[in-house]
Amino acid sequence: MVEVITETPRVRTLILDVPGWPPHRAGQHVDVRLTAEDGYQAQRSYSVASAPEDAHLALTVERLDDGEVSPYLTDELRVGDMLELRGPIGGYFVWDVALGGPLLLVAGGSGIVPLMAMLRHRAAALGKAGPEARHAVPARLLYSSRRWNEVIYRDELSRMAEDDPALQVNHTLTRELPEGWTGFRRRIDRMMLAEVAWPPAERPRVFVCGPTPLVESVAATLVQLGHDPAGVKTERFGPTGTP
Amino acid sequence: MSPVSRGFRGRSRPTAESGRLPPGQYETRDFPVLSAGPTPRVSLAAWDFTVRGLGTQMARWTWDQFSTLPHETVTRDIHCVTKWSKFGTVWEGVSVDTLLAEAAARGVEPGAFVMAVSDGGYTTNLPLADVTGGKAWVALSYNGAPLPPEHGGPARLLVPHLYFWKSAKWVRQLRFMDHDDPGFWESLGYHNYGDPWREQRYSGDE
Amino acid sequence: MDGNPRTSDEGFADGESVADALRLDGNAAAGILSEIFAVDLTAAEALCAGCGASRAVGALLVYAHGMGTVVRCPSCSAVVLRVGRTPTQLWLDVTGARHLVIAPRN
Repeated sequence: MVEVITETPRVRTLILDVPGWPPHRAGQHVDVRLTAEDGYQAQRSYSVASAPEDAHLALTVERLDDGEVSPYLTDELRVGDMLELRGPIGGYFVWDVALGGPLLLVAGGSGIVPLMAMLRHRAAALGKAGPEARHAVPARLLYSSRRWNEVIYRDELSRMAEDDPALQVNHTLTRELPEGWTGFRRRIDRMMLAEVAWPPAERPRVFVCGPTPLVESVAATLVQLGHDPAGVKTERFGPTGTP
Repeated sequence: MSPVSRGFRGRSRPTAESGRLPPGQYETRDFPVLSAGPTPRVSLAAWDFTVRGLGTQMARWTWDQFSTLPHETVTRDIHCVTKWSKFGTVWEGVSVDTLLAEAAARGVEPGAFVMAVSDGGYTTNLPLADVTGGKAWVALSYNGAPLPPEHGGPARLLVPHLYFWKSAKWVRQLRFMDHDDPGFWESLGYHNYGDPWREQRYSGDE
Repeated sequence: MDGNPRTSDEGFADGESVADALRLDGNAAAGILSEIFAVDLTAAEALCAGCGASRAVGALLVYAHGMGTVVRCPSCSAVVLRVGRTPTQLWLDVTGARHLVIAPRN
C-alpha cells in the first residue's frame, strides 16, 4: 500500500501499487485475503474505487465494528505493507463510456464505491472531449447516507458536478441534517426515484449498489415505474449493520 | 502459500480446552444464521409432516395433529461445520422415535436410511440408527419460544450428535431409503455422515 | 462487504428475514467461479432448468453465507448452480442450468 486517505470517520481509501495490474472495468471488485501467522485466513470482496485510467488501484473500505477484515484494513495496514488480492472480478455489474448513457446510479452508504469508479472513469474518458461528448453520456447519481459527515467522496462529487453540467448529484440524508439543508431528507422512495430518474423511454443504464434491503427496494420500485428489469443492474452488499 | 499479512490476527479463536468442544471448533454465544436460499414461509394451516416408506404408504400429520403428539424438552450442544459450537441449546419437539413408531403402526415400511426433505428443496441423508434411540427430534421451539423462520421454523430436524447441517431446517418429510443417497451438501463435497468428534467435515475425511 | 452473520431479525421490515438480507447478486459468485472457468461467468446467460427463465448469471441471486455458494433463479428460486469448497477440491453442480451461453474472449 502506498497511501491511505481518510474519507469519513469510518471510511478509508487504500491506494495500492499493483505492478502488472490489467486495466479493470468500472464496477468490478477484488477479493482481499488476509493470512495470520498460524495460517488462518479470512477473505472479503471490495469494489474498486479507482477508474481504469488511474495509475494506482484504490479500494475504499468501511470499518465495520465487529468486522474481521475491515478493521485490519482501515486501522492496522501501513504504508509499505503488502496485500494479497485477486481480480479484477466481475463482468456483469460494469460500465464503460462505450456502453453509453444515460447513466443512472443509485447508492446507499458504501454502495457508492463501484459507482464512483464509474463516475471517475466517465470524467477521465470524456474530460478532454467537449461538452457534447459529456451531454451524450449524461449521468445522475442519487446517494443515500445517514449524515452529511458520512458522505463518502463528498467534496470530489461536488467538484465533479460543478465542472460538468451533464452530471447531476443528488443526496438524501436519512438520520441527521446539517443546518440549512435543502436536499432530500428521507429514505429513497418511489417519489424520489420518479423525480430523479430519467423516464423509462430514455432507456437509462441503471446501477444500484448498497445494503441488500435498499437495493431490492430501489430495483423493485424502478421496475414498477416502468424501467426495463434487464436495464437495472444491482450489486447487493448484504446487510451492513443497523439501518 | 499465501504471505502472512503483518499484524493480522483474525477473530479470537479459543482452541478446545475441555472435552466439550469437538476438534477444530470454537464456542459462540450467538446463533449464526447460515442460508442456502430464501427463508420458506408456510402457514400452519398448510403445513404437514410426513413419513414416507419404501413402498407406497405414508403417515401424515397436520400441525394440529402434530401438536397432540408427546413432546420433550432437551438441552444439547450443537456443532456447525463452519466451526462454531453452541453449548446448552434448549429445544422442544417430538422425538423421531415417536414419529417412526406411529408410522410403523400405520404400515409404513422402513428402510436403513432416511432422507430429510425440507420446504425450499433442501435435503440431508442419515442412517436410521442415527435418528432413533433418542438421538433426534422434530423441534418446534427453541429457548422456550416457537422456532423462528430464520432458524428453521415452524419445525426443523434436530440431530445434535452430528454436524448441524444434518438438522434440516423447515423439515417436512422423512423419507425411508434403502441406499444412503447423498443430500444437498453431501453431494457437494461435504461428508456423508458428519461426526464432529471425528471431524468428518468433507468427503474423504476419515 | 464484510459479511458478518446477523443473528436475529431485529431491525428488518415485516416479512423480511436475515436470510433474505444476506442474499447477494451473481457478482458475489464471480470470484469462486473464476477459479473454475477461464472466462467471467457473470456475463454468461443461464437458462433456468426449473422455470425456463433466461438471465445473466450476474442477475441471479447468490446465497454464499454458509457452507457453499448457491446461485438461485429470482423467478422461481430453483438452484441454478452451486459450488462447494473442501480444503483440496471445488465441487461444481450446474444441473440447475439447462445451458450457459458464454461469449468467449476472442
